[in-house]
Order: sequence, then structure tokens, then C-alpha cells
Amino acid sequence: MKLLEDFSLGLFFWQTLLFVLLLLLLKKYAWKPILNAVNEREEGIKNALDSAENAKREMENLQADNEKLLQEARLEREAMLKEARELKNKMIEDAKGEASAQASKIIEQAQAAIASEKQAAISDLKAQVANLSVEIAEKVVKDELSNKDKQLKLVETMLGEAKLN
Amino acid sequence: MQRFLSHYYLSDMHRKITVKTITLLLLLVSFTSFASEGEGKGDKKSEIKEYIQHHLKDSYDFSLFSYTTDEGEHKYIGFPLPVILWDGGLKVFSSSKFHHGEELAEVDGNFYKLYHNHIYKTDANGTINYDEDHKPTNAKPFDMSITKSVVMIILTGLLMFFLFRSLGRSYGKNGGIAKGVGRFFEPIVLYIRDDIAIPNIGEKKYMKYMPFLLTVFFFIWFLNIFGLTPLGVNVTGNLAVTASLAILTFLLTNFTGTKDYWKHIFDPLGNSMPWYAKVVLYIILIPIEVLGIFIKPFSLLIRLYANMQAGHIVLMSLIGLMFIFKSVIGSPLSFGLAFAISLIEILVALLQAYIFTMLSALYFGFAAETHEHAEEHEGEIQHL
Repeated sequence: MKLLEDFSLGLFFWQTLLFVLLLLLLKKYAWKPILNAVNEREEGIKNALDSAENAKREMENLQADNEKLLQEARLEREAMLKEARELKNKMIEDAKGEASAQASKIIEQAQAAIASEKQAAISDLKAQVANLSVEIAEKVVKDELSNKDKQLKLVETMLGEAKLN
Repeated sequence: MQRFLSHYYLSDMHRKITVKTITLLLLLVSFTSFASEGEGKGDKKSEIKEYIQHHLKDSYDFSLFSYTTDEGEHKYIGFPLPVILWDGGLKVFSSSKFHHGEELAEVDGNFYKLYHNHIYKTDANGTINYDEDHKPTNAKPFDMSITKSVVMIILTGLLMFFLFRSLGRSYGKNGGIAKGVGRFFEPIVLYIRDDIAIPNIGEKKYMKYMPFLLTVFFFIWFLNIFGLTPLGVNVTGNLAVTASLAILTFLLTNFTGTKDYWKHIFDPLGNSMPWYAKVVLYIILIPIEVLGIFIKPFSLLIRLYANMQAGHIVLMSLIGLMFIFKSVIGSPLSFGLAFAISLIEILVALLQAYIFTMLSALYFGFAAETHEHAEEHEGEIQHL
């Protein structure tokens, strides 16, 4: 009962009035701006984090794409190099074959030419030798035939020789 | 006292042991000192008791301290406050007219006497008539004086207004970042929002209650802290103040109550059993639920009042003990104890503000509940 007696209605009145006033003032001038600002900031942070996450993901995608492209390029290069190498080898191979064929053909031709030249030379030589022999023989005969004895002797010798043959 | 102690008992077992030990030591010392000094200190004890009683009450002037001169004259250092009475018309005068209860105040031909911290209307001689229980029967005019507590409420209100308005403004100026003194309170504002309002009220409706929760938290906390300063104010340890706060919680709870909230009170069992079974149960259940509407805010007002009152009594008694002991062991011991209790009181100041806010938020949560999350609150009701 003493508590109730001490209960001060005046203080109750002032407390209620002042508190409600304070509540309304703070609501308008403090809590609304504070909470709004804090919410905005949090939204901002959230958005920033989200966009950072997105950017990161995009970067990752890009990087993956790059990697893929690089891989493809590498494979292509490899293939191209391989092809080139094969082509080179084939060309060398072909060139070699052609060259050797050409060479053997040339050699053959050369050999044939040499052979025909040789033949020609031999026949020429033969003709010349025959001519020379005839001329010599002519001169010898002319000379020999001027001397009768000698002619006879020669005939004899020759005959003798012919017999030996 | 019990309640006050139990609060920090729960908070820390170690402290509990320490306090127990100190209390035991104190008891031993006090017994010995009483035994040796006997009844000689009775006068001082009653003086201290009276002083504490006086301190716990509101007062009509803002006294910072008082002392007694060698001639036995009481000197008060402080300043008077306006007394506002409604007694067949508004009467405003300075409390200095009372001379701290030593003289009658004469206003417009009426005489008022300050007697045991109440203003009574008396005759020109200041006669106080008593009934059988030794209670004054004189008329009590309606008293709306700007007392010490009202001054502290106004000062706290101004402090809060300028503090939080500057915090609110600093966001705009600094691109959403708090600056100035107010920024120390931003984490607390966020804590109240994230750990008190949202979990108890829910994401959708918490904004409606945030202004009240924030105001009530900082109001109680600041006043509790001011109560620990040598200004000697005890605003939150005053029934009128806590009752006002609790009534606001009560009004806010019941005026924002949803259909589900009222259904929970008048039809708590819902469709779980047939109507004839419910009728029998509801004879008991509905009165309990209706009583609960009033008990919840009542517990708020008693809890805050009792805790703050008890804290002040303990603290002042311990300080008073120093003057009773006047011994080498006793006085430092009671000083140490008073110091320890002061530290705990700083914690209690915050704790009580937190509890008041937390429970208000919980009650708002009941009021704002819609059927989807009615189940999850069920456990909390039982827990209370």
C-alpha cells in the first residue's frame, strides 16, 4: 500500500507526456533516418557483393573461354605443324624419288650417248685406219713397185704371212 | 534484491562465488563490529536509513548534496525546481518556498506543507491531521511539479534527441557512414534491430515497433546510468516512470494486435477439439489468457522498478556502512564491495534496459503474429 501511496501521478503524467513526445521526435528526426541509412547501406553492400560475385563469375567464364580458345589454338597449331611436317617429308620423299629417276634417266641417256659416240668413234677410227692403211699401202706399194725385186719379195712375204694366218 | 542478485547470478557463476565470499566476510566483520560498538551507532544508522529513503524518492528540488554544520543546521547545495499544483486553479511557485520542508509555502492565500515528500494543503499553522494509522488526512492537491525526476527525463530526452539526430544526419553527410559521437550507438541500434526486433517480431512487421523499442532501450539505459552518477537521481527506480513505460508497451501491444493475437486469447485451442470440450476448458483458460495481457506489462514495470530500486538501496547501504564501521578493516571492505556493486550496477543498467526492450519486443511479436509462425512462439510462451 505504501508503494501506491508513493505513486506520483504528476511524475506519471510528465513521464508519459515527455516520453511520447520524445518517441515521436526521435521517430521523425532520428530513427527513420538512421534505419533508412543503415538499410540503404546494407542494400548497397549486398548489391556490391552480388555484383562483385557476378563479375568474378564472369571473369571465371571468360577465363574458361580463353583457356578453351587457347587449347583449340594449340591443337590447331599442333595439327598444322604435323601436316606441314608430313608435307615436307612427302615433298622431300617425292623430290628424292623424282631426282633419282631423273638421274638414272640422265645416266642412261648418257650411257646410250656414250655408247653411240663410242660406236661412231670406232667406226670413224676404223674408216680412218682403213684410209690411212690404204694410203700407206699405196705409198708403200708405189715405192715398192718401183723396185721389181722388192715387189716380188713383198708378195712372197705377204703370201708367206697369209699362209701363216 | 533477490531479483537483482539473481540476474547477475545467472550471468556469471564465478562472480556469484566471489560475491558470496565477500558477503560472508562482511557479515563476520559487521557482527564483530556491532558486538564491540553496541548501540552507540543507532543514531547514525537511522540517519543513513532516512538518507537512503530520501534518496530513493523523487524530490522537489535538485539537490546535489547536503551537509550538516557544526550547529546542527542542514545545508543543501542545489537549486529549486518549479512546483505546479492544481488546486482550484493552477498554482506555480518555486520549491525554495518550502525550505526543504521546514517552512510553509503560501500561495494565493493557500498554505502548502511539504511533509514526507508529499505536498499537503494545510491551514496557516501548517497543522497536519492524522487518522488512526498515523496517516495525514489533509487534502492533497493534484501535483504536476517539475521534480528532480522530471528534470532528468527532460535532460535525457534532450541528450537522446541531439545524439541520435546528429547520428541520423551524419549518414547523409558522409555517404551512409556514421560519424561523430552517435556512431558508438550505431552497433546498438543494429543489435536491437537484428537480435531483438527481427527475431521476435518478424521481418515483415518489425519496422512498426522499432521507434518504440529503440527509444525505450536508450531511455532506460541512459537513465539507469545517470542513476549511478553522483547526481543521485533514481528515475527508473520510480513506479510512476516504469508504470508509464509498461502501459505504453501494453497499449502498443493491444492496439496493434492482429486477429490471430485475439484469437489466441479468446480461442486458444482452435479446432483441436469439439466445442463442448472447449467450453469447459475455456472457463479456466480465457480468464488466464486475459489476465496474461495485464500480467505481462505488469511484470515489466515491477522488474525494472525493483531492480533499480534494489540496486540503489544496496549501493547506498554499502556506502553507508563505511560511516558505521569507521574501522580499518570494515570501511575499506565496504568501499571495495560498493565498488564491485557499482561495476555490477553498470551491467545491470544495461541488462535491465535490454530485458525491458527484449520482452516488449516479444509481446509485440505476439501481437503482430500471423498464423504462419504461430507455432514457433508457442515454446517461448511456455518458457516465460
